[in-house]
Amino acid sequence: MTKQVFLTGLLALGTAVALPAAETINAAGATFPGPIYQKWFEEYHKAHPDVQINYQAIGSGGGIRQLTEGTVDFGASDMPMTDEQIKDVVTKRHFKPLHFPTVLGGIVPTYNVAGVNTELKFSGETLAGIFLGDITKWNDAAIKKDNPGVNLPNEDITVAHRSDSSGTSFVFTDYLSKVSPKWKSKVGANTSVNWPVGLGGKGNEGVAGLVKQTPNSIGYVELIYAVQNKMGYGSVKNAAGNFVKADFNTVTEAAAGAAQNMPDDFRVSITSAAGKNAYPISTFTWLLIPDKIENAAKKKAITEFLKWMMAAGQGDAQGLSYAPLPKTVVSKEEKQVALIK
Amino acid sequence: MAAPPQSRARKFVKLLVNGDQVSHLVTLLFAGSVFLVTVMLVYQLWIHSEPSRGKFGFSFLWKQVWDPVTGEFGAWPFIYGTVVTSIVALLISVPLGVGAAIFLAELAPPRLSNACTFLVELLAAVPSVIYGLLALFTLVPLMRSYIEPFLKKTLGFLPWFTGPAYGLGYLTAALILAIMTFPFIISISRESLLAVPREQREAALALGATQWESTWKVVVPYARLGIIGSVFLALARALGETMAVTMVIGNNTSVHASLLAPGYTIAAVIANEFTEATDAVHLSSLVELGLVLFGLTMVLNAMAQLLILATTGKGSKRD
Repeated sequence: MTKQVFLTGLLALGTAVALPAAETINAAGATFPGPIYQKWFEEYHKAHPDVQINYQAIGSGGGIRQLTEGTVDFGASDMPMTDEQIKDVVTKRHFKPLHFPTVLGGIVPTYNVAGVNTELKFSGETLAGIFLGDITKWNDAAIKKDNPGVNLPNEDITVAHRSDSSGTSFVFTDYLSKVSPKWKSKVGANTSVNWPVGLGGKGNEGVAGLVKQTPNSIGYVELIYAVQNKMGYGSVKNAAGNFVKADFNTVTEAAAGAAQNMPDDFRVSITSAAGKNAYPISTFTWLLIPDKIENAAKKKAITEFLKWMMAAGQGDAQGLSYAPLPKTVVSKEEKQVALIK
Repeated sequence: MAAPPQSRARKFVKLLVNGDQVSHLVTLLFAGSVFLVTVMLVYQLWIHSEPSRGKFGFSFLWKQVWDPVTGEFGAWPFIYGTVVTSIVALLISVPLGVGAAIFLAELAPPRLSNACTFLVELLAAVPSVIYGLLALFTLVPLMRSYIEPFLKKTLGFLPWFTGPAYGLGYLTAALILAIMTFPFIISISRESLLAVPREQREAALALGATQWESTWKVVVPYARLGIIGSVFLALARALGETMAVTMVIGNNTSVHASLLAPGYTIAAVIANEFTEATDAVHLSSLVELGLVLFGLTMVLNAMAQLLILATTGKGSKRD
């Protein structure tokens, strides 16, 4: 505790010397939106030199923990906070964290199958079967059914998953829980789960490395990682029964599909969303903002930033391979800004 | 009249230089810091693992489940993986390292010995993440395509070499640990072999021993303590190694007899899950794993100590 005070003091001192007039705001959390948050905070600082937001991409769990301990001004997370976590913040910090969706991401299945160069299609049940260890061969009837005409080899499937806890795993397991009752009862959804089969790789790069190196393997990575590294990936069957390949449009459509029944606190999973072209393994990522900010200057800076993020900021999303928010979500979010007191 | 300040200062300096009591006190304080750090470490681990200790008790040690969804945690797969990889690593690196040290200290021409020693010290300074990447991109494909199929073909009747050859697993992790620990063993063992007085060798040779007999029966036992020290350092590094191991062990929470199967170690699971653990029991279970690793290191060190005492009682002793 004393160390934290000391460090914060040091930090405050350092910034005070460098930027005498700036309002310094500290934030921490999810790694997945880290690149766009860095860009946003930098751009916002250029446009508003009096506001400096420091963001530490330490992971969603770390962001929630630091918000609860009061060591940051706001947090960020790839999974919505649970009721219990919110209650914890309310008792410890006397404010309620509000969820603000910022951008969207998708999770894609990536594979390396000997002799298969075409793009493979997966239904949710098949993916669950593979990751449960029920489907063990590439020429299993279930995979063949999704991919008529593809010559699949009679080889064992090697499954690769994330070994580190991550929002990516949460979204993927959340999707499998929705489409497979067996997955839901046997494994469930979380940032890290008890994987029935497979090898664990650290980070997107770890899973991608395993898949690339291991013949006849399958894994899952974030869409932006696959796009940036020019990896091939398969399409997934959505709730409407269509096989959809993940891109910015299909991910945004998943959010639009979910927007109609969006709860007022934005804590919603958009996996397996309705919509003809909705990509089923999509997710929001959220900023966690306190609903009571006592420092008036900080409150003004944070609310102004949120408004900027929903308007001008969204334009940066696609350049960094994130899907922008649908308009319906933005207009709903604008109303939530007024709740910050 | 009081003594002039100059002489008082000189007196103080004299006390510092010659003073046994002062030096005793100062060094005692320094040594005490080791004790202090250890106590604080254990205290912190103990306090922060309370929710997990309270919920699972001692069954934490032998339970095989690690399920963050249902909140059930057991340490056994990680303890098993840590012990197996470390022991296999030492089985490879100790004979290799001590053998190389004997050659470099006793048999090699000095110029070659110095050149090799320089290389060894260079190896010891390579960061573990570099070893991990090297293992992932070169050792793993090699293991999967050649070494593991070969082991399965020749030794497949043993339970340790069965199952699919993924290239990742206990054996690959143990190999990279062996590569990482053996520079330590060579470097420290060589130093202690070189510290053996010349008279010891000359006496053995005068009694009619061959050069190898004098090395193996006189010099090595004399340098025993230093060599044991190097093994302990290697063991400590193997038990606690995180980055390189987590990249090649496969990170799978099941327990397999086969060395080719994927597994997990304590340090690897802490590194993988600590940043995102939000649930109090999950977090404190990870802290308790740290406590378990601490205990495991003590137990293994004590066992290694006993084993070495029992097997190397012979030969001339320093003390």
